[in-house]
Amino acid sequence: MKLFQFVSASDTPDAIKQIGADKHGRFVAGGTTLIDLMKLHVETPSTLIDINGLRLTAIEELKDGLRIGANVRNSDLAWNDLIVGRYPVLSEALLSGATPQLRNMATVGGNLMQRTRCPYFRDTVWACNKRDPGAGCSALDGFNRSHAILGTSDKCIATHPSDMCVALAALEAVVKIQGANRERSVPISEFYIPYGDDPARETVLEHGELITAVELPTADLFKHSHYLKVRDRASFEFALVSVAAAMQIENGAIHGARLALGGVATKPWRSLEAEKTLVGEKPTESAFRAAAKVVLKDAIPQKHNAFKIELAERAIVRAFSTLTQAHHAVKKSTNI
Amino acid sequence: MSIETKIPSKIIGQPINRVDGRAKVTGAAQYAIEHKLDNVAHAMLVLSDIGRGKIQEIDSKTAERSPGVLAVISYRNATKLRSQEPKERPIVDPIEGDPLPPLQDDKVRFNGQPVAVVVAETLEQAAHAASLVRIKYDEEKPITDFSAAADEARHAPQAKTDQGKAKRPEYERGDVKKGLTDADTRIEHEYIQPTEHHNPIETHATLAHWEGKKLTLYDKSQWVMNVRDQVAQAFAIETDDVRVISLFVGGAFGSALRTWSHVLIAALAAKHVQRPVKLMLTRAQMFTGPGGRPRTWQKVSLGATRDGRLTAIEHQAVGETSTYESYSESTVNSSRMLYSCPNVATHYYLAPMNINTPTAMRAPGEVTGVYALEVAMDELAAALEMDPVELRLRNHADRDPSKDLPWSSKSLKECYLEGAERFGWSKRNPKAGATREGRNLVGYGMASAVYPTNRMPATVRIRMSADGSAEIRSSSSDMGPGTYTSISQVAADTLGLAMDQVNFRLGDTTLPTAPVHGGSMTMASVGSATQAAAEALRGKLLELASGDERSPLHRAKADGITTANGRMFLRDDSRKGESYADILKRHNRDSIEVTEKSEPGEEKKKFSMYAFGAHFVEVHVDADLCVPRVTRVVSGFGGGKIVNPKTARSQAIGGIVGGIGMACLEETHRDLRNGRVINANLADYILPVNADVPNLEVFFIDERDPHVNPLGVKGIAEIALVGIGAAIANAVYHATGIRVRDLPIRLDKLIK
Repeated sequence: MKLFQFVSASDTPDAIKQIGADKHGRFVAGGTTLIDLMKLHVETPSTLIDINGLRLTAIEELKDGLRIGANVRNSDLAWNDLIVGRYPVLSEALLSGATPQLRNMATVGGNLMQRTRCPYFRDTVWACNKRDPGAGCSALDGFNRSHAILGTSDKCIATHPSDMCVALAALEAVVKIQGANRERSVPISEFYIPYGDDPARETVLEHGELITAVELPTADLFKHSHYLKVRDRASFEFALVSVAAAMQIENGAIHGARLALGGVATKPWRSLEAEKTLVGEKPTESAFRAAAKVVLKDAIPQKHNAFKIELAERAIVRAFSTLTQAHHAVKKSTNI
Repeated sequence: MSIETKIPSKIIGQPINRVDGRAKVTGAAQYAIEHKLDNVAHAMLVLSDIGRGKIQEIDSKTAERSPGVLAVISYRNATKLRSQEPKERPIVDPIEGDPLPPLQDDKVRFNGQPVAVVVAETLEQAAHAASLVRIKYDEEKPITDFSAAADEARHAPQAKTDQGKAKRPEYERGDVKKGLTDADTRIEHEYIQPTEHHNPIETHATLAHWEGKKLTLYDKSQWVMNVRDQVAQAFAIETDDVRVISLFVGGAFGSALRTWSHVLIAALAAKHVQRPVKLMLTRAQMFTGPGGRPRTWQKVSLGATRDGRLTAIEHQAVGETSTYESYSESTVNSSRMLYSCPNVATHYYLAPMNINTPTAMRAPGEVTGVYALEVAMDELAAALEMDPVELRLRNHADRDPSKDLPWSSKSLKECYLEGAERFGWSKRNPKAGATREGRNLVGYGMASAVYPTNRMPATVRIRMSADGSAEIRSSSSDMGPGTYTSISQVAADTLGLAMDQVNFRLGDTTLPTAPVHGGSMTMASVGSATQAAAEALRGKLLELASGDERSPLHRAKADGITTANGRMFLRDDSRKGESYADILKRHNRDSIEVTEKSEPGEEKKKFSMYAFGAHFVEVHVDADLCVPRVTRVVSGFGGGKIVNPKTARSQAIGGIVGGIGMACLEETHRDLRNGRVINANLADYILPVNADVPNLEVFFIDERDPHVNPLGVKGIAEIALVGIGAAIANAVYHATGIRVRDLPIRLDKLIK
């Protein structure tokens, strides 16, 4: 670990002031990713600014949505009644990630900034464009079973690791960002930057800015949502494929749908195009399969991860089928 | 009145809680690195990041100037160590080659080889400075492609390691070619066992402390005596000047059998800075410090008559090894004796690669070989359209066909039948891929388990104090099976003492010599010696009493007495007797002590000795997503006398959990470009977690074996992991109709 200064921030302005003083400074909240990466010399901040003392821990109702403080712990969020009732996909996504111990530490803001598990990124012996722009990508010719098939470039094929963010993408979350002179709201669809030429740049967040909250819009659709995670081990493992799905059925047809994928892309991967193909269709496996094909049509497999295309398609079908069954079950129970 | 010739067992056979359990859960148990010494310094290894080549230049200036750094040691300034070729090669070392003392030359033989060590005041300072050491290499292309190396090993009999010709032990009985030709049904398939690493919770660690020419090592070890001998050899000092202490071991599974390079580096660093030095491997270093289970290619050919009698078994295997040692395993051995078959041939080859030398991992060889043989048997059963249990019963070996000896005891048939009954095997649909439960395909699979029963000489000393309590001493180890507890049970039982009146001291080279804590032979060896010592002590106490006119036991004979509650008394009249404390008191003795050595006799020449077992497994495989999950396991073993059913069950379920990892999850990945392990952490090297482990049912057949050893124990450590991988693989086939022949069986191999 490189030597670093550790300071605590008392409130948001103080945190922003302190990070402004060190261009190699980083905020630390739960530390569940950052500290690991510092031990691996992948992250080498000169100052760590502890923001755990900031009061960003509320989950508040807004007129037309919900505001979640950036320091809300994953466990608290996952078990929150409003989340469980209105955004089940988010609760399920959070609970599918990591372990209870990690979820007790990890925060919403930290999870948004989570970095890839690509083994070639996490070991400084290897060339990595994300760590060292221009150095090359060792994963392209390496063992790439866990890597991305969507949103990749010839510079990087690293998978975005988060479960929470996949749910947030489906829920059209908005990231609230505070800077020294301005506050801004960035839809999650714009928060992550496609890899392209510079995989080192992952988000629109600039140095000196702090994520203060995430806002979720209210929609009936979101009550009918589900997160499906596929992995080798039954728990405590990153996704090979995950699906965040929401679907509202009215009069036997799909009235609205949301679809985002995890484990297969360089960022939480929402497909508006696939969602559009679902609307108006009857909720059948063939409609789900057709939508899945739309999402995966641009997939670029690597040597060891071609299976992810078929697996992702099947997972999409399964996630929407599960929602369809839930819909029928609810209808049945209300009929009685 | 019936005359009993044996003392009634009261404590042996009881499910007694671990005597060290409280110390372990409260943190009172001291593991190697937890020992506290004054003025201790901390070491961090610097590992090579190339797979093969030569060190061109080491720039350690920045590291040396870093805060707290005491020394940066590499081959340039390290103490010269003697090669570790002792006169008698310890059984845990490979049959050929030299482990090569560390930091002695500029050669890099594998990625992750220690090339320097930094010693500093604190661990953090050492770790930071280690990251500042810059090394330039002349890189050569390493041998990393196992399939190419394995091909070469099979086809080029002159395949050589640096050290000499790779051994090719051959075995044939009957005529395999003819057996295959004459068969009505034949199957022939290839199987891959991937490289695995033990990954015990406690990473390897050594605390080295020199006092003049005397060296004390607090080490994680399954064999302190061997560490002592090899360290003495390396430093050219007397073995009496080395003391190795290993009181608690946080799991090992074989990883702590050998004296790995970090042990020598800790001692070398301590000598260099003239202070005690702590060296603990990081989790990542656990993938290149101790060796792993070798990647192994296998091919099994089976021939059978229409009614399922085996006419031929041919089993070939190629295991990976390093370029500097020929580590070989008993991979093909079980195929010679598990089934009754007239024509059997086995071939075993080694493929030298630029890796650190593989090593024994729980049931080394048997795990790998029985996996292939038992999947092949399942393939044969499918080809014959015969029930897999029935096929095994038809080929049951009533005596050892490879040695032509009777078994000392064998309960394999009982394991099959009781296991099948408990599991509900009769409900199995003979057709693969035809049983469904909701979205899941359901599969039943089974396999046999086998592991040889061995025993080595062991010495145990028992010292009884004036209060009648006893201390048992032997330099054995308890890496987790419960040796502290089970040996205490043997002593308490034999002496007629309560469990809290006996105390077992182990893990110290100043104690009487025990053999390696491996090969499932600790109870057979140290347990038998404990029983012998306890009997000898009883004899000595009786001698004192029977020769004493004042004693109620005056003139009592050994066959007329028994013991209980710290007393010795007449079998016929329990009122006539006295306590051990009284005997010692009357003779003004503070204590009484005996030392007994116990060793194997002629039994191995007369009997073939093995533990046997059978696993029955249910899996669910998601029909669309193809995720395989083990949902139920029933395993039964004939393991001789079970000294402690509670710790024995723990052993067994631990092995089964290991089998779930082996079958579905575990694999060490090395990048072909430089041989570097790319999943050297527990997030990417995936072991089963609780959610992967269903209800596991274990039973032991009540097996009395008067031949194996005086205690009648067979050892149950390794056998639990033998065969379980095959049973799971067979269940996955039964569920899906897809036969995956390279482990682990992950969903991408099932998605079609």
